Amino acid sequence: MFSGFMTDAWIVASLAALVGGAVGFFVVLRGSAFAAHAIPNGSFAGAAAATLAGVNPLIGLGVFSLAGALAIGGLGRRGRREVATALTLVFMLGLGALLLGFSDQYASQVYSLLFGQLLGISSAQLAPTAGLAAACLLALALLYRRLLLTSLIPEPVGLRASVTQMAFLVLLALATTLVVPVVGTTLMFSLMVGPPAAARTLTARPPAAIALSVCLALALVWAALALSYETDWPVGFFVGVGSGLIYATARGWGWGRARLGAGRAPVFGPSAPRGA
Amino acid sequence: MAAIFEPGFFSSPPVRLALLVGGLVALATAAVGVLTVMRRQAFAGEALGDVGAAGGSGALLTGIAPLWGFLGLALAAAGAMEFLGVQRARGREVATGVVLGAGFGLAALFLYLAATDSSATGATGSVLFGSIFTLSDATLPLVAVLTGLTLTIVLGLHRPLLLASLSPELAAARGLPVRLLGALYLGALALAVALAAITIGAILSTALIVGPAAIALALTAHPLRATVLAALIGLAAVWAGILLAYDSFYWPPLHHGWPVSFFVVVLILAGYLATRRRR
Repeated sequence: MFSGFMTDAWIVASLAALVGGAVGFFVVLRGSAFAAHAIPNGSFAGAAAATLAGVNPLIGLGVFSLAGALAIGGLGRRGRREVATALTLVFMLGLGALLLGFSDQYASQVYSLLFGQLLGISSAQLAPTAGLAAACLLALALLYRRLLLTSLIPEPVGLRASVTQMAFLVLLALATTLVVPVVGTTLMFSLMVGPPAAARTLTARPPAAIALSVCLALALVWAALALSYETDWPVGFFVGVGSGLIYATARGWGWGRARLGAGRAPVFGPSAPRGA
Repeated sequence: MAAIFEPGFFSSPPVRLALLVGGLVALATAAVGVLTVMRRQAFAGEALGDVGAAGGSGALLTGIAPLWGFLGLALAAAGAMEFLGVQRARGREVATGVVLGAGFGLAALFLYLAATDSSATGATGSVLFGSIFTLSDATLPLVAVLTGLTLTIVLGLHRPLLLASLSPELAAARGLPVRLLGALYLGALALAVALAAITIGAILSTALIVGPAAIALALTAHPLRATVLAALIGLAAVWAGILLAYDSFYWPPLHHGWPVSFFVVVLILAGYLATRRRR
């Protein structure tokens, strides 16, 4: 389980969990779950286009996730944000369906792009993945205060909230390019929602919540990898269902704590759960 | 005429069935979609479609009709979202996202099992991106019943649903059961998503729910007029998509037809971009 190609899988999955858990905190805080779903999901069309054109799929993923982020940010600035996100997503998916139809490896291609091929990671992917992960974390550190502030106050004085939102979407695109080719869109999205949402029901302080979110994401990915290795079932299944379980457990924990009167449920940010 | 309608378009039984099913589905999705856009729940529609993919692939594995699978899991997901708190504006994204993640994980497993099971080849493509030309005749009555049910909920409860969507506080003050109305709406959304899933695929179903409604609401603010307009736009997009897919049979580089869902999605996006309100 820890030898050969699996070593690479452990490293890449851990990097994905690190970035997913940290970026995910802001996804949940800012209410950007739909964009976090749309950008990775839509970007698979880019990988399909790159495969068809015979270039590195990573380039296709990068270009399409960036284009998706810009379209969502640009179209959403005026009018309904979620409609713009939905239509950008379905257009990219439709394009992906067409492009996959053009190539011959129909089912297996869709499948591995949507649900990941963690056990097929090559050591050549290690260096670019680590570089992108470092870039993501650096960007997150630089944007930290801005992201926090614009999440709490819609239009803070001296900060352009729409610029911050666009920067955040580009950051999501960067994280997508890093995570999707190796682990698939399902895993990426589940990592960015379940663990951070669970962390936020358990603690109110942002640094503690980010740390907890990263820890939960790491635990989730490691457990999923081990189970996938044992059962041969897709990693995306274990991460998706496990992410739901983590959130349900955290909600149950918070509910029990409120019931016993041991402490108040933490409230931080505009989308914090009210009451218990 | 022959330049637009390739020979055999109107006499082919699969095309006739596709036109009928697509037309009914466009009506149901448009009616629910106007409320979806007004309630800002496009993400919920997207999530129900993705969870529905698990149902569709599960149905293929067990050999029952995919529509039942889409319907069963979409309704179950709607229930889970309701339980986790989708009715509150706060925490709505998270409740939707968690259900979506778990459901997509399940879809991963079922599609994996279907891909390794030789009797269900091509399952991935047909579940995710639709297969309107391969529907069986038995689907039509079921689609008609489900469309009727969806329209009954949405149009029958038109005024209370509209008030509860636009101003939950006002609706509660007037004694309306806001939570029950929200749950009923979510049930209708699940029905519409399942219908859209058999037409243009589970992960593209949002296009039919949100697209025509958003275009209609950009053209008129009146809810009933917008619903009628959305139905017409949806109908036009689906029928034009079917026609283009039929005509594309001889287009390069495939020579076995471009997917219907691609054309529908492109037409809807073009309409949206053309009618976006300038502010």
